[in-house]
Amino acid sequence: MFLRMLWRTARLRRGRAASALLAMIVAAAAATAMLNLYVDVQAKLRREFRNYGANVVVVAKNGNALPPDALPTVNATLPAASLAVPFAYVVATTNAGQPIVVSGTDLDRARKLNTWWWVSAWPNAPNAALVGVRAAAAIPPGRPFDLTFQGRVVHLTAAGTLRTGAAEDSRIYISLADFEAWTGLPPSTIEIAVAGPPQEVKAAVLRLSQALPAAEVRPVRQIMEGEARVLGKTRAMLWASAALIILTASVCVLATLMGWVFDRRRDFAIMKALGASERMVQSFFAAEAAALGATGALIGFALGVAVAAWIGRANFHAPVVPRFAILPIILAGGIAVALLSALLPISLLRRVQPAMILRGE
Amino acid sequence: MFFRLLYESFRRQRRRKLLAGVAITLGVAVATAMIAVATDVGDKISRELRSYGANLLVTPQDDALDVEIGGVNLKPPSDGAYLNEADLPKIKGMFWRNNILGFAPMLPAAVRVTGEGNDVTLLGTYFSKLLSFGNERFSTGVRTTNPWWKVEGAWPEDDSRDVLLGQRLAAKLGRRPGDEIEIAGEKHRVSGLLATGGEEEDQIVAPLAVAQQILGKPGALRRIYVSALTKPEDALARRDPATMGPELYDRWYCSPYPQSIAYQLQEVIPHSHAEQIRRVAQNEGTILARITGLMLLITLAALLASALAVSAAMATAIFERRTEIGLMRALGAGGASVAALFFAEAALLALFSGTIGFAGGAWLAREIGLSIFGSQVSVAPVLLPVVLGIAMIVTFAGSAAAIFRALRFDPVYALRSTA
Repeated sequence: MFLRMLWRTARLRRGRAASALLAMIVAAAAATAMLNLYVDVQAKLRREFRNYGANVVVVAKNGNALPPDALPTVNATLPAASLAVPFAYVVATTNAGQPIVVSGTDLDRARKLNTWWWVSAWPNAPNAALVGVRAAAAIPPGRPFDLTFQGRVVHLTAAGTLRTGAAEDSRIYISLADFEAWTGLPPSTIEIAVAGPPQEVKAAVLRLSQALPAAEVRPVRQIMEGEARVLGKTRAMLWASAALIILTASVCVLATLMGWVFDRRRDFAIMKALGASERMVQSFFAAEAAALGATGALIGFALGVAVAAWIGRANFHAPVVPRFAILPIILAGGIAVALLSALLPISLLRRVQPAMILRGE
Repeated sequence: MFFRLLYESFRRQRRRKLLAGVAITLGVAVATAMIAVATDVGDKISRELRSYGANLLVTPQDDALDVEIGGVNLKPPSDGAYLNEADLPKIKGMFWRNNILGFAPMLPAAVRVTGEGNDVTLLGTYFSKLLSFGNERFSTGVRTTNPWWKVEGAWPEDDSRDVLLGQRLAAKLGRRPGDEIEIAGEKHRVSGLLATGGEEEDQIVAPLAVAQQILGKPGALRRIYVSALTKPEDALARRDPATMGPELYDRWYCSPYPQSIAYQLQEVIPHSHAEQIRRVAQNEGTILARITGLMLLITLAALLASALAVSAAMATAIFERRTEIGLMRALGAGGASVAALFFAEAALLALFSGTIGFAGGAWLAREIGLSIFGSQVSVAPVLLPVVLGIAMIVTFAGSAAAIFRALRFDPVYALRSTA
């Protein structure tokens, strides 16, 4: 009987129930989208922050060289999506006697790590060099040039120019293979971009220190502290916005649902007049409201996930992962708000005599 | 008659209007707060991004090539050109002076330290030096441009001869804050130990005057690091100012691109070359664009949610009163005059609740700004008519559907109160 009444109500009073359901769907969608964004935006922004380059640096202690197995050890210890780039440095002299810093590195990885490097053309041939804008003044333009280190000469061609606004502008970069063939020296520094939250980075630093006892592993505090600050403020702002939006959406649902229940006071009065107990009537309306709340929350969740995905694509050009952990929260919230908006008017009407309601007062 | 009906409606049915009024107030408050925060968020996040450090570098135009590995400069000190310390305050005289948050000069020198075999680099700079330009007094230095520098002990005074020892250097020499250290034959007090996570931890950082004295070059400095609030680069920013016509040049000059601020720095500091530090400046623009884009979309969502809340509340309130509408129709009122009455009620409610909501929203925006960013989020007064206008439109839209549906109601049913 109970269920039949519920079913008939849904069929007969479609109009008003539809607008109440619509309000519930919209509110649940808004809440889902906001919570989904809040959880996901951190991962998205962290990816953007990795563009700042290395956040951990491995340096050999006391100016010695790193052990030869350093790079493979580092690669093995790092979490996925991290990038480690070796750098070797010497001071060479040009034919004119000008001292100049030459660095040997894995040019492909350096390109991925340092996305802010402005490069006119990347070297991709043996003995091709990437010349910093300031260093370019010290070498003859357009022609191949020689560099000497401890009596060993290397013949290089300038493949492109590098501009960074920092120390790299005064250096010449060549591939690690060319560098080792010329000087015989191994890399002295490994710059690492560790992906993940600060805890992951700290854990990686610890693991690296243990794996390479002959080296010093330092987090780059400039990058890590800047990231923590900006990310923290952005999250706080998102949280405040989410709270405001969810509050407004709940008021919307409350207003609509309360009007809907209040409208049905004649049904309520008839049931009481026919002898239904108070508990029966209350549970009937509560069940109706809960069913409405649950249905709206489920549909709204799907819609909200779609909206969050759209925002992710529009702003970050990467999809926002739907977080199904939010579903129970939305469901519970939806049912709670629906119950509240049903039971409040009912408790007000309780005190009124059914006859008065049926007479229209 | 119309106004009497209007007046009585507000006087007698206060409780009914309350829910609609509360919904409008809340909706307007949320909309105002979100719009205020979204318009200000660009500036606020820009300032937070300055915690990454300086984004512009000024060097002498005729500088010789730097020969530097890991912070150790192997160039002989007599090589290279210098900038003039007396030109520094002029930075506060350029067009974009209000975007310059701070600057720090650097003068490195290789010194002999008793107890350490190799030469140690001593970096002369400003810590938090008081400068004046015209009538303006301001303090600037590494404490502004390098906020991640942490000192165990105390920062030295800019006019003293105390120095900071980098952590690693101090550990090697066995010095603690308060100890003395002999640099180039002179004794200096170590006021603190410096932790930066970078190459400064192997160096001594001293007031600029100390480095100038050691090099025998009063008033000289090698580089200036500038921290400025910039606008993200676009196609116009990257163009060469020499190729621009006067109008385009004005637009470029009057936009705080990294390139135009660098150009202006070169104008005020003679014989200098200024450039953006790409690692910091480039990524700023991207992150700023992402975050402001996100806030814009979220604000739209908030406005939508507010509009729906207000419409729903208004529709509910009016639908409740359809017996009233039926009664007025039965007494002979035309549909137009009934609709006009209800629209007028809605307009008054929107105006009244909207103004309260605006005040609430302004307060909310201020609280959000203070608690998250520690600075005010300003609400432009021009927002009030805009927000009230939107509130009225939304209120009308919400009521319109309900009013027209109620008007189609047969008055007979309304009078019989069988809804």
